[in-house]
Amino acid sequence: MAKDLMKGNEAIGAAAIKAGCRYFFGYPITPQSELPEYMSRELPKVGGVFLQAESEVAAINMVYGASGAGARVMTSSSSPGISLKMEGISYIAGAELPCLIVNIVRGGPGLGGIQPAQSDYFQATKGGGHGDYRLIVLAPNSIQEMCDLVMDGFDIADQYRNPVMILGDGTLGQMMEAVEFNEPKKRELPPKDWATTGIKDKNGKKRLISSLFIQPEDLENHNLKLQMKYEEIKKNETKFESLDVDDADIVLTAYGTTSRIVSNAIKALKKIGIKAGMIRPITLWPFPYGAYEKAADSAKAFLTVEMSLGQMVEDVRLGVNGKKPVYFYGRTGGMLPDQTEIVEKVKKILGGEI
Amino acid sequence: MVEQQIIIAGFGGQGVLSMGQILSYAGLLEGKNVSWLPSYGPEMRGGTANCNVIISEELVGSPIVKEADAAIIMNLPSLEKFEKFVVSGGNLLINSSLISEKTSRGDVKAYEIPANDIANEIGNAKVANMVMLGAYIELTKIVAKQSIIQSVEKVLGSSKGNLIQINEEALKRGAESVKCYK
Amino acid sequence: MKTVFDRTKALTPAAMHYCPGCTHGIVHRLVGEVLEELDILDKSTMVAPVGCSTFIYDYINCDAQQAAHGRAPAVATGIKRVHPDSIVFTYQGDGDLASIGTAEIVHAAMRGERITVIFVNNAIYGMTGGQMAPTTLAGQKASTAPLGRDKLHYGMPIRMSEMLATLDSATFIERVSVHDPAHIRKAKSAIKKAFENQITGVGFSMVEVLSTCPTNWKMTPVEALEWLKDNMIPYYPLGNIGNPKEVE
Ligand SMILES: Cc1ncc(C[n+]2csc(CCOP(=O)(O)OP(=O)(O)O)c2C)c(N)n1
Ligand code: SF4
Ligand SMILES: [Mg+2]
Repeated sequence: MAKDLMKGNEAIGAAAIKAGCRYFFGYPITPQSELPEYMSRELPKVGGVFLQAESEVAAINMVYGASGAGARVMTSSSSPGISLKMEGISYIAGAELPCLIVNIVRGGPGLGGIQPAQSDYFQATKGGGHGDYRLIVLAPNSIQEMCDLVMDGFDIADQYRNPVMILGDGTLGQMMEAVEFNEPKKRELPPKDWATTGIKDKNGKKRLISSLFIQPEDLENHNLKLQMKYEEIKKNETKFESLDVDDADIVLTAYGTTSRIVSNAIKALKKIGIKAGMIRPITLWPFPYGAYEKAADSAKAFLTVEMSLGQMVEDVRLGVNGKKPVYFYGRTGGMLPDQTEIVEKVKKILGGEI
Repeated sequence: MVEQQIIIAGFGGQGVLSMGQILSYAGLLEGKNVSWLPSYGPEMRGGTANCNVIISEELVGSPIVKEADAAIIMNLPSLEKFEKFVVSGGNLLINSSLISEKTSRGDVKAYEIPANDIANEIGNAKVANMVMLGAYIELTKIVAKQSIIQSVEKVLGSSKGNLIQINEEALKRGAESVKCYK
Repeated sequence: MKTVFDRTKALTPAAMHYCPGCTHGIVHRLVGEVLEELDILDKSTMVAPVGCSTFIYDYINCDAQQAAHGRAPAVATGIKRVHPDSIVFTYQGDGDLASIGTAEIVHAAMRGERITVIFVNNAIYGMTGGQMAPTTLAGQKASTAPLGRDKLHYGMPIRMSEMLATLDSATFIERVSVHDPAHIRKAKSAIKKAFENQITGVGFSMVEVLSTCPTNWKMTPVEALEWLKDNMIPYYPLGNIGNPKEVE
């Protein structure tokens, strides 16, 4: 198929439909409204259901119900709306329901602004909702990768019975790039033999979707089982890209839109004879700590660049584990880091000025 | 490496965003790498609109244009805001129908194109954006006129396909308007 | 020279950002005039919603708190319980009040919170680009209902005023419109009554104002006023909803 030019938000919708998603529950919010709007046009054409909920709280609980009923289902929002979904996400994780949640991040906290940001990293990767749970967080840096991760994301969710989040930002949601829809790698997907489809389907056997374990022993066992699953996910699904890391004096880390600005900065650094490389986490949870083991021996310093005032940098520090200094550069509130600012920062770090 | 980084700016409603999309799609049709990034804001009207377009033979890095090879400027506030982003020696295309001021940049190639006047002469005020695009591709040859015409249909939808002829005329007149600079 | 028209001192000189023909500006002015006439400007706190009118705090000359989407009645409750003698009002759109914030408005009304609510119903989500609201009329097009609101899929639009009027402590509920000067005058007297109730300590008061959104309705300002008159008023009847109740 020839490549098409698509807006990020709409490409997510197209990829989801290609991946067999037929249910979408959402609520408008800038800068992701083109996604529900796209789904309201396109889902009915393929026999699917688009429903605008009365709130994000309702939308995520519609996802809970639909997923528990065995459907491939998704929702999307942007930062303030994702905060409202957090209760539901905790219940979904607790009940081990597969689904896809899209966060097209904007500046916070509070009502904040509507321009791109990466300040929801903690919320996405370290909890947000209550309890010992994990969200699988995928962070594309192009519209093509966004489509690929959406399609694979549904399979990952089904394989592990776990919610998956696509963490984008206003730039990725709004921009257009060429896309084609590629089949994701084949995964062995377990049957949904837990879904509530009515006892008529199961010789009178009853099923329950729940996150309630009133006996402490039971709740502990449930949590231990979840942890085993999370270990499995860490082992199998951790994903990153590395660029010229082996002989780099300084290794930058960035994800999403920021990684593209950093790749420009790295080109500019090369031109002035500075050896810089980049580790680009594609899964933010599980975070690719292992990528830093070798690099922490070879590189002189690390620099993390984010559209926040320093969130992922904490994971980079865990990865580098004190072997080398880890610096940070960030812009926030909808301001984007600039490649020349990054170049200046690198020059200062390597020149011993900071 | 052939690469053009472009800023297109004007009032909302001047077809600024669709101009960028048409250009990007034309690049895609020719097998190039492209990105289009719009400004966005709340729904309330009366604001300005702009977009960043990159057309490149290599993979596009950052889609944000800070050093523009060209800027297509449709109104005065946009001239004041964006002329400084054009690289030295870059192209600055100014819609002189709405902008009587000159650019303050002495180190860029400035072209004054009476886009609205030309569009009105052709008989459709809405194609001022296509006049500017005609001028731009004449200057840079980044994509062929034929690719632009093909992408107009894609971007504006087939119902507006009967506008193809008038768009073709607008592109032609735009191209002619900058020939005298050569 | 004699001054025949002046800005009420309740309004700041800031230029409003609303689209041409949007009736939010008229409603702001009515609220401002009432605050000035009742001389309560300096003891009022408004709670701004999330919607096109978020920026009302730039336009009205009194204290303000900006609330999360839909939560203004809860925020107002907090303020009023701390300063029972102050005048507290919310100004909310239909997405804010009738969708995401239904729980907060229902419970503020049920408790008979002594607050004033100005509810601007334009049958659409203005700020985010014309998505369907719970108040969007059957068949009305919206960016998330491209073929028009389908009543089999979404049910029929919600009449918040009638629903709240079933609550005994919701003492004053009136629906008004601002599509022509005569109705604007009526709207003003309803708004005035809603604030007077708060001064005298009567319970919860709400005025629902039928309003236009020419931009997202994709109409000229004049067409939008006509559309409101011909389509909204038949479904959302004007006047006092239920009898004003006294709370003992
Ligand atoms: C939790 C949350 N969800 C969604 C939004 C996005 N949002 C901003 S305004 C708005 C709707 C506004 O519509 P309405 O209340 O009818 O006001 P109008 O703009 O029409 O006056 C929405 C959904 C938000 N800011 N916060
Ligand atoms: S979008 Fe609608 S409600 Fe908002 S300012 Fe414009 S006309 Fe008014
Ligand atoms: Mg509204």
